[in-house]
Amino acid sequence: MATPSAAFQANPLPRAGVLLPAFTLWWRELVRFYRQRARVVGVIASPLLFWVVIGSGFGSSFRSGDAAGQQHYLDYFYPGALIMIVLFTSIFTMMSVIEDRKEGFLLSVLVAPVPRAAIVLGKVLGGTTLSAIQGLIFLAFAPLVGVHLNLAGFLLVVLTVFLVSFALTALGFTIAWSMDSTQAFHAIINLFLIPLWLLSGAMFPLAGASAWIRFLIRINPLTYGVEALRDVLYPGNLAEFPLASSLATLVLFSAFMFGLSFIMVSRRTTKPAA
Amino acid sequence: MVSKAPDYVALDSQNNAAPPPTVISVQDLVHCYDGRTALNGVSFDVRPAELFGLLGPNGSGKTTMFRILSTLMVAGGGRAVIRGFDAAKEPNQLRRQIGVVFQAQSIDLKLTAAENLWHQGHLYGLRGAALKSRITEMLARVGLSDRAHEKAETFSGGMQRRLELAKGLLHHPAVLLLDEPTTGLDPGARRDLWQYLQILRDEEKVTVIVTTHLMEEAERCDRLAILNEGKLVALGTPGELKREIGGDVILLDARDAESMVERIRARFNVDAKVLGGQVRIEQESGHRFITDVVEAFPGEIESISVSKPALEDVFIHRTGHKFWTEDAERPS
Repeated sequence: MATPSAAFQANPLPRAGVLLPAFTLWWRELVRFYRQRARVVGVIASPLLFWVVIGSGFGSSFRSGDAAGQQHYLDYFYPGALIMIVLFTSIFTMMSVIEDRKEGFLLSVLVAPVPRAAIVLGKVLGGTTLSAIQGLIFLAFAPLVGVHLNLAGFLLVVLTVFLVSFALTALGFTIAWSMDSTQAFHAIINLFLIPLWLLSGAMFPLAGASAWIRFLIRINPLTYGVEALRDVLYPGNLAEFPLASSLATLVLFSAFMFGLSFIMVSRRTTKPAA
Repeated sequence: MVSKAPDYVALDSQNNAAPPPTVISVQDLVHCYDGRTALNGVSFDVRPAELFGLLGPNGSGKTTMFRILSTLMVAGGGRAVIRGFDAAKEPNQLRRQIGVVFQAQSIDLKLTAAENLWHQGHLYGLRGAALKSRITEMLARVGLSDRAHEKAETFSGGMQRRLELAKGLLHHPAVLLLDEPTTGLDPGARRDLWQYLQILRDEEKVTVIVTTHLMEEAERCDRLAILNEGKLVALGTPGELKREIGGDVILLDARDAESMVERIRARFNVDAKVLGGQVRIEQESGHRFITDVVEAFPGEIESISVSKPALEDVFIHRTGHKFWTEDAERPS
């Protein structure tokens, strides 16, 4: 049995807490993003490109369809497009978990006396920030679909985008944590991405769908992100669920995904961590 | 703990009334994965301000040991304790005691040297002016002051390794764990690193535990644990271990090594073995013995050498085979 003796030097290490390590991991995520210029270009250009193609290229064909009843389809589609951008960016930023593991960086974080919650929080908030920024860039096009937000509306959109980003980034984190290759990550993510988006009410309104599709849409957490946005952007009768219940669902979804990530990270196994 | 007869002989018992204080205590550590036994009942203690080596060929279990001590993995059985904290039960307290330098790189190449240390300091709860001055100090000590604000991806391999070391030592750990730290370094950089480890031990009283597969590095340790196939085969100072051979090591080449062994055994009543196609004999006063052998078998011996025992000979003595064998596989 080891007995500490006077021969040992004092160890004046302060308690790290959760916030400082979480902050530093978040900061690193942003610095790394900024230093890889291709990623910066991608984040800014993709919403632009998306909007140019949809807006001017397919715009008229969408409008002539008048698929969503009293509203133009392009207007109907706008919140769904925003959510899609957030969805892809959120989940794919967590590929960095796999890279960190491969590059050995993650090991040095794991052997540090950092609360495991701080590791999840730092990484997930880093990804959340990036995808929320991208979502908000897309929000700049809102006036083009006739949406003019007041401050309260804008803040509600920011809150919704943040919650959706956080939950989806945590989902990406959970999946990425146990993966050892980015190819495997892509394969698994594709199983999630397309169904999540198609069944979120982003493309098709809930009303016309068959009963089992309606059920799937209702249990898809992303639906409530699209719904919340629709509520705020088009205050009227378009949304199926009240804003408060949509936001509450998103908070629950975020908390659940965070909890799942936390469990993944806290698990200590007899298998090598790298 | 179940007490059982050790399958090795500890050479370093000092017969002191009080046992020396222990910084790291490994007791009967067992670990299996993928159906392979990586560690099979290993026990040893590491004392304060000791430069302790874990020597073993690839696949001997030393990396597994490193992972268990650094809390990356929970041992299948037994206990590993650092400064009173159990690796399996109190990982976070244990993590506060140790600095870790990995075999692979762990620095972020997209960050500058100073940023890497800034990030590392935050993980250990250091901040502000205290962290800043510590970063300046560490960068100066590893000779990277003039490159502090350049990205680590522009550094040479040796500079990156020095930054790794600065990262591991930033928070003044009492114990430093290093896994094959000289991998990929040129001889000059290797020497520098080992000199630095010795300075740390002498001046800052840091307890250093280092894994290696290189005999010349093991020679520089205060004490050694030699691992083979998950078992501890020897424990002691390099000097003690070599003295155990009791004499010199004689290697000779003959056309038919097998029959030569038989004949040497019969004639001189010594324990000769064939190892790697050569005849190997451990014998006192080797210089006299070789003249006898050469005279006894005129014209049959093609070459013969006598040398003081090296650590490799300790390994052969304990395991009966060479340090590097063809079937030595690499788990990771």
